[in-house]
Amino acid sequence: MTDTVGIVIVSHSSDIAKGTADMVRQMVGSEVKVAFCGGNPDGGLGTSVPLIIDAINAAWSPKGVAVLVDLGGAETNSEMAVEMLESARRDLVVVCNAPIVEGAVMAATEAAGGSSLAQVKAVAEELSAD
Amino acid sequence: MSVPSETLKSLVKAAAEQVIASAPELTSLDQAIGDGDHGTNMKRGCEAVLGKLDAISAQPLDEALKMIGKTLVMTVGGASGPLYGSFFLAAGEALSHDKQLPDDLADVFGSAVDAVSARGRSHVGEKTMLDVLVPVLETLKTAAGQPDLIARVRTTAAEAVERTVPMQATKGRASFLGARSVGHVDPGARSSCVLVQAVCAGLEARP
Repeated sequence: MTDTVGIVIVSHSSDIAKGTADMVRQMVGSEVKVAFCGGNPDGGLGTSVPLIIDAINAAWSPKGVAVLVDLGGAETNSEMAVEMLESARRDLVVVCNAPIVEGAVMAATEAAGGSSLAQVKAVAEELSAD
Repeated sequence: MSVPSETLKSLVKAAAEQVIASAPELTSLDQAIGDGDHGTNMKRGCEAVLGKLDAISAQPLDEALKMIGKTLVMTVGGASGPLYGSFFLAAGEALSHDKQLPDDLADVFGSAVDAVSARGRSHVGEKTMLDVLVPVLETLKTAAGQPDLIARVRTTAAEAVERTVPMQATKGRASFLGARSVGHVDPGARSSCVLVQAVCAGLEARP
């Protein structure tokens, strides 16, 4: 199997994270590595840096990982998680400025075609363009 | 300046306990203009810090601050984790390089405030914790070396919190409320004030 960009979904809600991952899977099957996490370290609504780090490592690909997030804290915690990765991986992870569900499905579909990390990010972020 | 382990321990303990005691108030403020989790998030982070208190206070000050920062990052569960985490990580980093306490206190605090600003892509006046931290930094600069420095920092922090009431939030969850965010104390500004005041009280109580 050719390497494809991995996708990570980070929501405040574990239900949304899982549901989004299900929708991605329906589109790309197992062609793309997909990992997700939702909820704070106690399991309530929120996000958790250690869970995000685990998800990025689970979806790891030599082509990189695109992270899709919902609201503010998910983005801040994801950016922090990226900085805490081992240095060889840090530059190969991007947090996309895109709506979480549409962004994840579009990013994964693009990734499945073998696109680069920059291309995957650009496709997801077109959704946020004016 | 090397900080004695017992002093560091009592300061960290007092600050964490004060935040935990303020959790209901922080939650109530956040329910008004946010998602209502600031109190429980800060409590979770501070409890994790208390759980590592012995390990933290056994470190030199720079490493202790970094350990506090990392603990908050890993346990808070909201944006305040990376924001406060970055504050303590940057303060520790400044001390690991060429900065010394007490002479460089304003510089070290300034590095920490810059890290919060960068992490949140935010500036003073947006109804955030920076609206307390930046005025405190100004007082640390202007009143450096003065005998009443601690008292002035306390006053600055308390007044700065109140100045967030008429502000309209443009960063964070409160910004979703637009003009309806006016008329409330910012919860992040309040937690910053609680931390600053607790450290001031701890320093004043030193024998």
